[in-house]
Amino acid sequence: MPFLLFGIASIVFLVSRLTPGDPLVTIVGERNLNNPEIVAAAKARWGLDQSVLTQYGHYMKNLLHGDMGTSFTTREPVVHDLWLRLPATLELTIYALFGGVIVGVTLGVLAARHRNKFIDHIARFFALMGSSLPAFWAGLLLLYVFYARLGWLPGPGRIDPRGVAPDKVTGFYTVDSLLQGDFALFKDSVMHLILPATVLGWGVVGIVSRLVRASLLDEFSMDYVRVGRAMGLRERTVVNQHALRNALLPTITIVAFTFAFLLTGAVLTETVFSWPGVGSYAVDASRNLDYPAIIGVTLLGGTAFLLTNLFSDIAYAFADPRIRLS
Amino acid sequence: MAEPVLSLRDLRVTFPTPAGPARAVRGIDLDVMAGESVAVVGESGSGKSVTMLATLGLLPKAEVSGSVRYNDTELVGADVDTLRSVRGRRISMVFQDPMTSLNPVLTIGKQMALVMKAHQPELSKKDCRSKAVDLLHQVAIPQAARRIDAYPHELSGGMRQRVMIAMSIANDPEVLIADEPTTALDVTVQAQIMELLQTLRVEKNLALVLITHDLGVVAGSADRVAVMYAGRIVERSPVRDLFADPQHPYSRALLECLPRLDQKQEVVSSIGGTPPNPADLPTGCPFAPRCPMALPSCTQAEPTLVRFRTSEVACNIVSGGDRAEAQA
Repeated sequence: MPFLLFGIASIVFLVSRLTPGDPLVTIVGERNLNNPEIVAAAKARWGLDQSVLTQYGHYMKNLLHGDMGTSFTTREPVVHDLWLRLPATLELTIYALFGGVIVGVTLGVLAARHRNKFIDHIARFFALMGSSLPAFWAGLLLLYVFYARLGWLPGPGRIDPRGVAPDKVTGFYTVDSLLQGDFALFKDSVMHLILPATVLGWGVVGIVSRLVRASLLDEFSMDYVRVGRAMGLRERTVVNQHALRNALLPTITIVAFTFAFLLTGAVLTETVFSWPGVGSYAVDASRNLDYPAIIGVTLLGGTAFLLTNLFSDIAYAFADPRIRLS
Repeated sequence: MAEPVLSLRDLRVTFPTPAGPARAVRGIDLDVMAGESVAVVGESGSGKSVTMLATLGLLPKAEVSGSVRYNDTELVGADVDTLRSVRGRRISMVFQDPMTSLNPVLTIGKQMALVMKAHQPELSKKDCRSKAVDLLHQVAIPQAARRIDAYPHELSGGMRQRVMIAMSIANDPEVLIADEPTTALDVTVQAQIMELLQTLRVEKNLALVLITHDLGVVAGSADRVAVMYAGRIVERSPVRDLFADPQHPYSRALLECLPRLDQKQEVVSSIGGTPPNPADLPTGCPFAPRCPMALPSCTQAEPTLVRFRTSEVACNIVSGGDRAEAQA
């Protein structure tokens, strides 16, 4: 696993250096670009005057010590930035994922049980919308309807702009506010989560419900399902106790991947909802060619993928007794 | 004569296919008495499994007509609740492949509990467990108390089939339909499973319907035999008479396929040709194209079952008195 991360870091390092554009614009500002003294000083300060190979060796050495360098934009260590923003993304992702999986599995089961009937078509339409509507469009639409027009839900951000964030324990506002006993703040943070989590979770619903439907239909043709029916089990028992257990196995892998993907891929949603997470950090970083920040975000994503992969393998072993033994 | 527990009358099953309706079962009459053992024999595709699945209403995509009566309950066209109260409770079924008939991700104890709870919801978890252990004992599974927590893949094929049988008798049914119960098993295990089925039949006064393509299995375990071909019963005999003096040319051909120990045999014989396609049946006797004794008249009208000595036979040659002519 460390080797994989090492590889990812190397590739991203080289690719980012090959990207056309000049990070100095960010560092010194456009006006100072004509001032050779300032440019030279900045280059020396950030090590940009050395060869790419030297920079690479330097970066890798620091990385081994857990140092991802300093962001050109925030002038803070990248590790610090990420640590600050990760909880916001994690909180959003976890709610979106849980909601998405619960709705997705339910919808998938309904669709499979009523295959080619009205419910199936509705579920298909809903899933298709989830996976095909771009987040910026769906997000803006929801904001327009539920915030601007109806006023039922709050606008962008994690909490009311006049509110004070809870003391950081977990970094999850919904948890921290409860730990403080501040129920008004808890409610506020939940309300703020609803829209972005819906936008993000809708895509999850799309993937999960389609997958569950397909693998359930596969299971329905299995002998043990017919045996269950022949033994007089209720259809509900056959589906929920027998078939679903097997059908959820492939879903584990997909859910794990989706989780890793959402951690770094919530870019659009975070941007639309001004969510101060990793996604919006990534947008800023790439817009400013902030090399250390770009690599930092990429490494975080890579780590997330590797960890969730590992997690899904473990979960698989728990769910499937045939794998547990071997 | 006693009333049959299970009685099929003119049962017909048709599957809609792109090539037109496939008439898999074309009018089956079969009576099963309490505690008796009936074998239904035929090649793959003769409609024997479909007949039994239709009996329990397990063919959602097929058109089923005719009548299936369990005691006084009509099962053809019955609603789901009626069917469910019979399935596994009054009439139970053991399937061919014990490898795939059990759910791979649930322990056998859990699967047996689900079957028991389907008909006896008042049973507690503990009751189910002790009953399951008891059932595993009955089907001669060693260390039943430990095996109950095993997953199917931890058991051998023979053991899995024993579990299936234990599951099928969990709710004390009156009729047990065994659909090729030994086909997927080793020969040595086959004999054990057949013996187990016989023992249970006697102990529990079960009516056993044995579906098989293997006449060797039938010989030792059935009272009566019905031979099926192309969705119909072509011969019905007491088992002894079928083996001693098969009437229908198809039954005769099947018997000749059995390897014999009392005669020197170079090659095991087989029946030439293939069974007809149920979506495109020939006119007249469906066996005529493969029949070594076929006469021109055989391709004209399809014969019906006619009593002949101790048997009933559907063959123009046998029933039409042309038999001597054909043999000459």
